[in-house]
Amino acid sequence: MKFIKQLAIILTISFIAEMMEHLIPLPIAASMYGLVLMVICLVTHIIPLEKVEGAADFLVEIMPMLFIPSTVGIMTSVDALKQMLVPLVVICVSTTFLIMIVTGRTAQFILRKEGSGKKEASDGEKKDTEVQKS
Amino acid sequence: MMEALTQSIYFGIALSLLCFQLALWIKSKVKSAIANPLLVSVIIIIAILLAFGIDYDTYYNGAKYISFFLTPATVSLAIPLYRQLTLLKKYPKAIFGGITAGVLTTMVSIFLLSLAFGLNHEQYVTLLPKSITTAIGMGVSEKMGGIATITVVSIAVTGILGNMIAEFICKVCKIEEPIARGLAIGTASHAMGTTKAIEMGEIEGAMSSLSIVVAGVMTVIAVSVFANFI
Repeated sequence: MKFIKQLAIILTISFIAEMMEHLIPLPIAASMYGLVLMVICLVTHIIPLEKVEGAADFLVEIMPMLFIPSTVGIMTSVDALKQMLVPLVVICVSTTFLIMIVTGRTAQFILRKEGSGKKEASDGEKKDTEVQKS
Repeated sequence: MMEALTQSIYFGIALSLLCFQLALWIKSKVKSAIANPLLVSVIIIIAILLAFGIDYDTYYNGAKYISFFLTPATVSLAIPLYRQLTLLKKYPKAIFGGITAGVLTTMVSIFLLSLAFGLNHEQYVTLLPKSITTAIGMGVSEKMGGIATITVVSIAVTGILGNMIAEFICKVCKIEEPIARGLAIGTASHAMGTTKAIEMGEIEGAMSSLSIVVAGVMTVIAVSVFANFI
């Protein structure tokens, strides 16, 4: 019964999210509204973590399986896939290397800069977090 | 007989669940990123459908009840994110700086390569969300007019590759900080890369799983701008 209650909360958020998708004229999928809404509800303690975590962890765990039906749909778009197979492979491979290197090096650069100039950094940090909030 | 078999909605559901179990078993034997359970089960299902001459609609008639849980599952990604919020507060600059750089690199490089290959809008937006988690990426692709199933394939290719190259890249490019490693792996190769990050260490794993959602949300915003360029 506890599980059903948790599922009810998650499904209600999903329902509100789909309503938002219809009402807000932005190209954003319902699940994104739901995700952000759920984070807000958790942070503000409107929904306590323990009221949803059992069902949520289960859903996240089985997520790869949930993609099976739509991915099997690739059998209906074989022609479209064939047309872009070479660009797809080249783009996926080259950008994955690039993104990993750029993200890692940038994060490491920021971490080490912060580490070396602790005193200056603590001054600058306040400003930076303010900028991010705005 | 065949008709009775395929008219039941349980056919698609049972086939999906059984093939996924089989794929999990194969994964436990092979222990390589290539044996990705989603990819393997999809290949087995397509092979079975083709072998018995069953069309996709017949399969999907039942299997769609599995897809029904996708939105609630994506909403549930908020829970792991919430658990890692303390990390986000501790290293906001490195996390936002690193992931922003990564997401912008994704957008610009895919844009330039798509121009070079002469891709049309549909093909371009199909590939734009290829580095983020399937739950978010599929929605982005659909919304922008891409081919969602091909997006799923490109996401899987990216994830498997990211999982395989993660250790090599970190070593060769001297990405030594565990925080930076986790961010790099999660931003470049979502959940499939994250399994490797978890093997590398606790901090790497936590940072990588945090990046899945943060990079996903940032990509949604970035794609809504970049999608207009082709």
